[in-house]
Amino acid sequence: MFHRLGEATLNSFEKLGRGSWFLWFTLRGVFEVAARPGLLGAQIYSVGVLTVMLITVSGLFVGMVLALQGYTILSDFGAEETLGVMVAASLVRELGPVVSALLFAGRAGSALTAEIGLMKATEQLSGMEMMAVDPVKRIVAPRFFAGVVSMPLLAAIFSTVGILGGHLVGVGMLGVDDGAFWSQMQATLDYRDDIFNGVVKSLVFGFVITWIAVFEGYDSLPTSEGVSRATTRTVVHSAFAVLVLDFLLTALMFGDF
Amino acid sequence: MDEAESDAGCLVTVRNLVFRRGNRKIFDGVNLDFPQGKITAIMGPSGTGKTTLLRLMGGQLRPDSGKILVDGQNVHALGNRDLYELRKRMGMLFQSGALLTDLNVFENVAFPMREHTRLPESMIRTLVLMKLQAVGLRGARNLMPAELSGGMARRVALARAIALDPMMIMYDEPFSGQDPISMGVVVKLIRELNDSLGLTSIVVSHDVHETNTIADKIYILSEGKVVGEGTPGSLIRSTSERVQQFMTGAPDGPERFHYEAPDYSGDLLA
Ligand SMILES: Nc1ncnc2c1ncn2[C@@H]1O[C@H](COP(=O)(O)OP(=O)(O)O)[C@@H](O)[C@H]1O
Ligand SMILES: [Mg+2]
Repeated sequence: MFHRLGEATLNSFEKLGRGSWFLWFTLRGVFEVAARPGLLGAQIYSVGVLTVMLITVSGLFVGMVLALQGYTILSDFGAEETLGVMVAASLVRELGPVVSALLFAGRAGSALTAEIGLMKATEQLSGMEMMAVDPVKRIVAPRFFAGVVSMPLLAAIFSTVGILGGHLVGVGMLGVDDGAFWSQMQATLDYRDDIFNGVVKSLVFGFVITWIAVFEGYDSLPTSEGVSRATTRTVVHSAFAVLVLDFLLTALMFGDF
Repeated sequence: MDEAESDAGCLVTVRNLVFRRGNRKIFDGVNLDFPQGKITAIMGPSGTGKTTLLRLMGGQLRPDSGKILVDGQNVHALGNRDLYELRKRMGMLFQSGALLTDLNVFENVAFPMREHTRLPESMIRTLVLMKLQAVGLRGARNLMPAELSGGMARRVALARAIALDPMMIMYDEPFSGQDPISMGVVVKLIRELNDSLGLTSIVVSHDVHETNTIADKIYILSEGKVVGEGTPGSLIRSTSERVQQFMTGAPDGPERFHYEAPDYSGDLLA
């Protein structure tokens, strides 16, 4: 029992070590990526195509639900005018970064792991090495940086669409004053506290999710079973990492300790 | 460097190679010489480590001891940059072809050129079409790898392997899983490319017949050692039981048909 536990702990530390080493090699690919912006662009495009639609629709519904729920509480206190603030702050601070990160992990993260894992299983990565092309620089690095760059953009889209959804329900259906909705929002949301912190969160999430995704793919056993397991691990580990990191970041940014 | 130790006229030499996987010695003191401009075959049953040997030569795996010289350079003493420079001059044909699945045939062959040269697009086009013509697939340039048959995929991979005009090519099981016609095509291509481009070819295979028709020199590996070497003709006449078993494909011989097991009747009655 203790023996098993010890072994599992050792294994996960060992994996963390390999993952960090791998991250270091990936980060060193930044020069390669900078020298060939086309590679990065293509990856941002493919991550975007995978995720934008999903993010937009989800953002719309989350914003609409927020307005519904918020209105019932706020109207008890006669504070319907602050509905815009509530919707926007919830989205920009929390739900935008977190929900879009979870969606991103499920869609783009799993796809990245599967893609890289399959390339490994079909000897494409080995083949590249033998053609004197470093697969970490050529395949992994562009995908990694594309993920890091895309995440804040996707979170921004999520929040923007969510606010519009909140407006649709709050102003359109529930009759909150249009002017108050926007002006309260503008007056209360702070550039640094809210928007900047939200962007930092989604950058961190993008970094961690994409790191997990590319590493799991690269580290997967080169069989179909190995790849499918790695894909599952990517989704589970990134979701877990996002939720834990969200608490830590929120405590750092907004906590009054 | 190390010139003295590598036989004159050999592009690749393997000396006292030892390589382990866990406790198992895949190679246990193997010596091999691959003459310049010739086709040399390595034969052995599946799982003897033929693919492993090619990966050792390409520097993807490290030997536990011994060394491999390619064009006079000790592969495992090279830094990363020099190793990559050396690999540009070593073509390798993987068993599966290993084509990049998101690129079409043309782009696959162009890939090494785009990665390693600054040639203008018109030049790349000309070169790619020449390489594809050499393997008879100029007309297939717009197909995706998923649309190719196994034999065609291997020929595209071959065109890609010669894209940078390497000094040598390593073929991993080029004959396995091919229908008789594409088998004939591959045999012909290996010979033609070897002679017309002045390559040194290393063919790894367990197909006795095809290998015999094509190789100038054959090594037979078994259980980590070289158990036979020579021209196809001399091996067929060999008196070694092990070599005879392999060359004739006898199911039982020194290479046992049965995996090590306790006595059969005792086992059944237990
Ligand atoms: N990545 C690996 N990890 C552990 N063992 C391996 C690995 N790759 C190959 N092997 C083992 O090494 C031996 C030689 O494999 P390989 O070189 O592929 O044989 P061959 O190509 O001659 O069929 C086999 O027994 C195989 O199981
Ligand atoms: Mg093999």
